[in-house]
Amino acid sequence: MEDLGTWEIIFRVLGRFWPAWIGVVAVFAVSIPFRRRLGLYGRLFDSRIAMAGLAIVLFWLFTALFAETIATHGVLQQVSGMGNKPPGTVTPDGAGWYLLGGDHLARDVFSRMIAGSRTVIVIAPFATAVAFMMGITLGLPAGYYGGRLDTTLSFAANLVLAFPVILLFYLLVTPEIVDTGLPQYLALVMFLFPLLFVVVLINSRWRVTPAFRTKALAAILAAGGYFYLTLVSEPGTAVAILPGALDLISMPSNILIVFVSVVFVNSPTVFRIVRGLTLDIKTRDYVAAAKTRGERPWYIMLWEILPNIRGPLIVDFCLRIGYTTILLGTLGFFGLGLSPESPDWGSTINSGRRLLTFVPFPAIVPAVALMSLVLGLNLLADGLREESLRD
Amino acid sequence: MLSFLIRRFLIMLLSAFCLTLIVFLLTNLAPNLEKLAKAEAGTRITDAEVAAWLEQHGHARPLITRYGSWLGLAPAWVPPGGGTPDRCRDLPDADHDAPRFCGILQGNWGTSTVFRGEVAPILGQRLALTGNLMFWVLLVMVPTALLIGVLAGMREGSWLDRILSGISIATSATPEYVSGVILIAVFASSMTGLRWFSGTAGSVAETGPTFDTMFLPVVTIALYGMGYVARMTRASMAEVMTQQYIRTARLKGVKFRNIVMKHALRNALIAPFTVIMLQFPWLLNGVVIVETLFNYRGFGWALVEAAGNNDMDLLLGCSVVAVVVVLVTQLISDIGYVLLNPRIRVD
Repeated sequence: MEDLGTWEIIFRVLGRFWPAWIGVVAVFAVSIPFRRRLGLYGRLFDSRIAMAGLAIVLFWLFTALFAETIATHGVLQQVSGMGNKPPGTVTPDGAGWYLLGGDHLARDVFSRMIAGSRTVIVIAPFATAVAFMMGITLGLPAGYYGGRLDTTLSFAANLVLAFPVILLFYLLVTPEIVDTGLPQYLALVMFLFPLLFVVVLINSRWRVTPAFRTKALAAILAAGGYFYLTLVSEPGTAVAILPGALDLISMPSNILIVFVSVVFVNSPTVFRIVRGLTLDIKTRDYVAAAKTRGERPWYIMLWEILPNIRGPLIVDFCLRIGYTTILLGTLGFFGLGLSPESPDWGSTINSGRRLLTFVPFPAIVPAVALMSLVLGLNLLADGLREESLRD
Repeated sequence: MLSFLIRRFLIMLLSAFCLTLIVFLLTNLAPNLEKLAKAEAGTRITDAEVAAWLEQHGHARPLITRYGSWLGLAPAWVPPGGGTPDRCRDLPDADHDAPRFCGILQGNWGTSTVFRGEVAPILGQRLALTGNLMFWVLLVMVPTALLIGVLAGMREGSWLDRILSGISIATSATPEYVSGVILIAVFASSMTGLRWFSGTAGSVAETGPTFDTMFLPVVTIALYGMGYVARMTRASMAEVMTQQYIRTARLKGVKFRNIVMKHALRNALIAPFTVIMLQFPWLLNGVVIVETLFNYRGFGWALVEAAGNNDMDLLLGCSVVAVVVVLVTQLISDIGYVLLNPRIRVD
């Protein structure tokens, strides 16, 4: 077999993505006929910008899902003689091509980029969600009650925001600090917030029907509590609450650290947004009406104020996933957190930049991938903002 | 206004105090101290020797005393044999054995273990280089962003608006390490063969800034910040263009150009001013990435070196500088907002 020309490379690369194309087309084909009944999601299909954004995001989502099918080689598979080869080079056994070239360790750039999409797609939305739970659970009372609680929490949030992000990463992620278990203690606190949020949410709504409330709370506390414990506990480290036999989910410690630092950086901003919106909404008449009815503060915060600030929050959520993706890349770029052979985009950009002026592809491919995903999320957020402002 | 300034100043002091305390705690954790001892006294020393080295250099004292002596509220560490404490070496008077206060409050920033020298001059030198970079970034970024924003916002929904908005979304979605990599690959690598600019700026410290070395770093930082400022300007401009007085001016028959230049622009630039000021902390962040990528030896580069090697005094110095930069820009943006828009008051 021969080396490929430019057009052949493009066609073959696009062709390898077939599961992603089918996935995107399928979602669009299913959603468009029912778009009038799908609420805000359905209205995305009225705006071309939002549709473009959604298509890009879905494309990467399906790429991450079908990463094994799309990739041509293994993530760590080295083929001798393929180091730093240009795109479209035939492998020595003649069985295939390195579609986008080989990196300095003779691994396939294309396959590593595909595998790297997984790290981002898994970590970014979950880390953002946890940061949102934390920001909402702290921001609502800070805005609603004001006073000393507000002053303290705002001061703490500003303190984190005044830190250069990279210094914070270095302080949290260096191996010496990881050994002390500090990130795990932080995780212990952070993962508590989603549980707390759901419990308060249920409790405040169904406090008046204790029979249902008690059952629901017991179920949530049992399932969520166990999930929480198995997530934070890791046998053989500083936080080993559960014995190994009961510890179902084992989060690799370096993923946990990345997760924790990203949540830590994001939650103060979410806190400030929620607090600001709450300050505005709490002066509305329906809040006064709820107070007059004798509703409890947490009911007012979670069932009167929160639903009314959801618009800006959804838009910010989208933008923030993009920002989290950038942060994950930043961590990788400084070689923090994930292991050097991890295929995530930040780390591959970092390892590729040393030979950048001679062998540009190993760094450019993940860079373009990251850029397109963030661009997709931004377009989606833009479309969401326009559509939610319409009514 | 005065009480507002005083309060903000006190908050700034408190923030700097809290942040340095946190940085101090984290850099002084046991494993970090062990790393420091091994870096200074040799990597193969035993645990007992590590403990002895720490004892010898005053790292075995209670944490609060050590933080106090960095701050200048507790006496500096005097080595067991007597003599001048390390921290006080450059102080003039020669009363050797008396405990003395030489912390940051006395203007003594300590010694950097990575760069082997006093922290204050190192920081000054690095900040000057970064200041140079920032100056060019602002010079490129602010006019371009304002121009794009005003052009896009003056006729909302036109094809010019669509194109310029698209460009600003794309640039604000491209982090510095991505655009930097792409710019180097296009303009400084063998891939396209253009090689118009230099892909590294490592020589700037010796030769001084040249167009060749500074162009790519400046453009990389400016691109990322530009998109956001342009979008804010566009939103503000678009809002102003719907106001009654603009319509009145149009009905009077004022030329479109004059409406934009004389009536709309001044009112539209209030919001972007705050945004530009608040960009500073972000620029600081981008500066760290870009300085690492282009090997530009400024503040960000020093920060990464210090953090990677657990250089305590330099890290603490860097965090003081960073906090002051962030909080001072917030203050300036608040005050500027009041000055530009008299309807807003500070309380």
